[in-house]
Amino acid sequence: MEKQNDKYKTFSRRAILIGGGQLLLMGGLTARLAQLQIAKADQYKVLSDRNRIDLRLLPPSRGIIYDRRGIILARNEQNFRLLMTAEQVKDIDSFISQLGQHIILSDEEVTQLKERIAAVPPFIPVEVKDRLDWETVSKIEVNLPDLPGVQIDVGEYRVYPYKDEVAHVLGYVSAVSKEDLRRSGEQLLRLPGMKTGKVGIERAYEKNLRGRAGTKKIEVNVSGREVRELERLKALRGDAVILTIDHPLQKLVQEQLAQHKSASSIVMDAHSGAIYALGSHPSYDNNLFSSGMSAQTWQSLLSDPTFPLTNKAVAGQYPPGSTFKMITALAGLEAGEINERTKVSCPGHYDLGSDRFHCWKRGGHGSMDLVEALSQSCDVYFYDLATKIGIDKIYETAIRFGLGEKLDFDLREERPGLIPNARWKLGHIGRSWKKGETVVASIGQGYMQTTPLQLATMCARLVNGGKAVRPWLTHRVGPFYRPTVEPDRMDVSTTHLALIKRGMDRAVNHQQGTAYGSRLQDLGVDMGGKTGTAQVRRITQRQREEGIDQEAMAWRSRHHALFLGYAPLDNPRYVCATVVEHGIGGSRTAAPLTREIIKKTLQLDPASKAPYVGDLESAKETEAQPI
Amino acid sequence: MRSAFSLSQDKMSLWEKLQQLNLGLLFLILITGGIGIAALYSAAGGNMDPWAERQLVRFIFTFFIMTAIALIDISWWQKLAYPAYIGGLLLLMAVEIMGLVGMGAQRWINLGFIQLQPSELMKIAVIMVLAQYFHALPNEKTKKLSSLIFPALLIGLPVALVMMQPDLGTALMILFGGAAMFLMAGVSLWLFVALIVLAVASIPLAWYLLLHDYQKERVLTFLNPERDPLGAGYHITQSKIALGSGGVEGKGFLNGSQSRLNFLPEKQTDFIFTLWAEEWGFLGSIGLLFILFLLMIYGVFIALRSYSAFGRLLAAGLSVNFSLYVMINVAMVMGLIPVVGVPLPLISYGGTAMLAAMVSFGLIMSANIHRNKKLPRFPY
Repeated sequence: MEKQNDKYKTFSRRAILIGGGQLLLMGGLTARLAQLQIAKADQYKVLSDRNRIDLRLLPPSRGIIYDRRGIILARNEQNFRLLMTAEQVKDIDSFISQLGQHIILSDEEVTQLKERIAAVPPFIPVEVKDRLDWETVSKIEVNLPDLPGVQIDVGEYRVYPYKDEVAHVLGYVSAVSKEDLRRSGEQLLRLPGMKTGKVGIERAYEKNLRGRAGTKKIEVNVSGREVRELERLKALRGDAVILTIDHPLQKLVQEQLAQHKSASSIVMDAHSGAIYALGSHPSYDNNLFSSGMSAQTWQSLLSDPTFPLTNKAVAGQYPPGSTFKMITALAGLEAGEINERTKVSCPGHYDLGSDRFHCWKRGGHGSMDLVEALSQSCDVYFYDLATKIGIDKIYETAIRFGLGEKLDFDLREERPGLIPNARWKLGHIGRSWKKGETVVASIGQGYMQTTPLQLATMCARLVNGGKAVRPWLTHRVGPFYRPTVEPDRMDVSTTHLALIKRGMDRAVNHQQGTAYGSRLQDLGVDMGGKTGTAQVRRITQRQREEGIDQEAMAWRSRHHALFLGYAPLDNPRYVCATVVEHGIGGSRTAAPLTREIIKKTLQLDPASKAPYVGDLESAKETEAQPI
Repeated sequence: MRSAFSLSQDKMSLWEKLQQLNLGLLFLILITGGIGIAALYSAAGGNMDPWAERQLVRFIFTFFIMTAIALIDISWWQKLAYPAYIGGLLLLMAVEIMGLVGMGAQRWINLGFIQLQPSELMKIAVIMVLAQYFHALPNEKTKKLSSLIFPALLIGLPVALVMMQPDLGTALMILFGGAAMFLMAGVSLWLFVALIVLAVASIPLAWYLLLHDYQKERVLTFLNPERDPLGAGYHITQSKIALGSGGVEGKGFLNGSQSRLNFLPEKQTDFIFTLWAEEWGFLGSIGLLFILFLLMIYGVFIALRSYSAFGRLLAAGLSVNFSLYVMINVAMVMGLIPVVGVPLPLISYGGTAMLAAMVSFGLIMSANIHRNKKLPRFPY
């Protein structure tokens, strides 16, 4: 028993040692717990939130585009999309056949769907089909319990109610390109289904129209799936854009142009530079781009020889032909080389050394003063004048009147055109300037290239009393109104301008004028103008002798027809520049077309009405549904 | 304390035994089990399914087993010490052979209603057999090195078998548990000092010869969790975030974001303490640690009251074993030691761990009820 007691004593000491050890170690653990949960708690709370909280972007609603009357030219419509989450679907093929009872999926759509499923983690929903109609949506909603993994989501898509009527002005939106991503790091662009403006106003004011993305803070689980929403910051709708375009006039312009294979026309305010109509034919349905068009349609748009995707009113570059004669005339007047009474005799041709330059009128015009030369468009008068003043004076005048350079227009498709001079030729062709080229340039031929936009601007500057107007297209972009700035006065003599105007008046309203057949009748208002016929192919001596019939030639070889018109005659308000590609002659096609447009413009008289100011609240918070 | 001496008789009635059941200990076990079920309910996002309900059934079932074990006379447990040890060894070997035969590395035997892990029960058997060995060993021989060879073998055999599985955590626990038995049996302290020195010296040897690659990985990751933040270090990092973000008051029941959003791995088994601490904060977790500490100390107190050396060593050894579970698990989830895969007894989801813990407390209670019983050196 003593031994037993010894054993017990040893055990007791050691058991207490054990108990002490337990106490000590548990104390240590408690200390560690305190370190983690008290001392470092804040630090770990941050880490925990970083784990669980994710920020998701909410796409904004795109800004609305109005015409100057407040007519909506571009808006958004609800886009019902059918989404599916792959991880909730057991077998994709049987799922598709089950879905086939409610909506029709083409083979192509099925292949695309499978590709989309393969491209993302299985818990991310992918789009099965968009633009569902109400009937389909309600049919699917009813059957949702039998369709696990399926959901209907509401986004937005862009709608252009007037389709091809305004397509060249508005442009279109389509899927975000790599180029867009390279230019802007904005995360919004990476949202699936996001679209950006590619052409026209949609591109020019992309940043304003796009709006600002909203965000929502969501709680996510370890695989990134949304568990619940914690906080939401609404997206800001894109800015509304109010255009200077007058839709009824625009519609008429586009209809008028459609008489021809390929043509463009611009109606501009002579004093402010506001563009009331900007038409280019053929046009296209810009809705096709936001909905995704077939490869076939895209190919046919691209390969069409009349270039329906090109806005010819700003990007078409044509020799101005005789419409340039006003510039040559003004250059001569300003140089003091000619005056009102200077007469030149036209025998039907002009000889410079061994070269012979022909007037369009076989047999010649006889003796002509400046006003007669303009109204009857006598070439020889300007050949003679040009050789006297030289190309530099002509060049300088053309630039001052808005030719040969970009006009800083809203649409970025705008092209600069080309007014040649000796330096340009040396630089680009590597040869020295020849006097004969000055002769050709005097009637807007040769290297010279102008756009209808530039011709309209030139015409406006000639008839508005010498104000250096620039063309513009937007009254308002979101909160920004276009400031009403009086254009700079040009340093040009009003006497000279009056003389030019008289020539343009006679061209339309004098019996011998080239556009007499297109004069305004029974309106009580007259218009002035100038025809132009731009050679596309050089006319050979043989053709000239045989008396060529333009109509017998292939379309591509016919002359371009141009006309610059303005009205009213005594107090010009509107100018219109029209180019009919391969339209044979200015007086034959471009002038009658312009007459119809000017008639309608005078009827509608857009300048007399204040533009739409828009909904001042348009910048309020609105958003498309999350994609 | 009327019964203290009257209980020295060999025969006690069932009623007398029931009266001797330690209500405090029963109460603590009920609370701990309840905490476990609540935590599992939360782990499933506020659902009884799939864990809490099954754990509740197990708890009730094993609670009856525990009570039954407590009421059975301790002399029966003394008699069962060697057979239980041999049975445990056979089961361990069976698992090993099954692995060799081609069913892959396995640590359990499927009994249908329970995935029995023999190594869990072996820990108890080793303590029982050592308690019996030292109970039978005359006091003067405990200081002799020669009398330690056999018990060292008793420990070494199962440790070797478990290492082969391979299960480093369990092997170390058997080793520590055995060492504690040596200590309490009165083996010279100098021997322990020598053994510790030897153990430290053999670490490099063990590193190259005994540890599997994944075990080395765990140790290296433990030493530097940032080494592999998305792989092995991920568990420790996420567990520390969950613990720390719980703060003093916790995120609230069912509101532990780390566990509910699945950032916390193995939240229903090895990391259940983290789940509890995240939702109940520092206050809740020291409360739980205190309850667990009381459970440990109960064992030591019962040992001190026990007349027989077998009863003393059994109760103290099982208490140490329970402490090892708790401390290794909690130290692991706090990032103090490498992740070794040891559950938190009575709380973690799992059948064998629950059974092992309840059997241990049953034996401790039996030692308490029969504390005045004299036991022969050899029961056979």
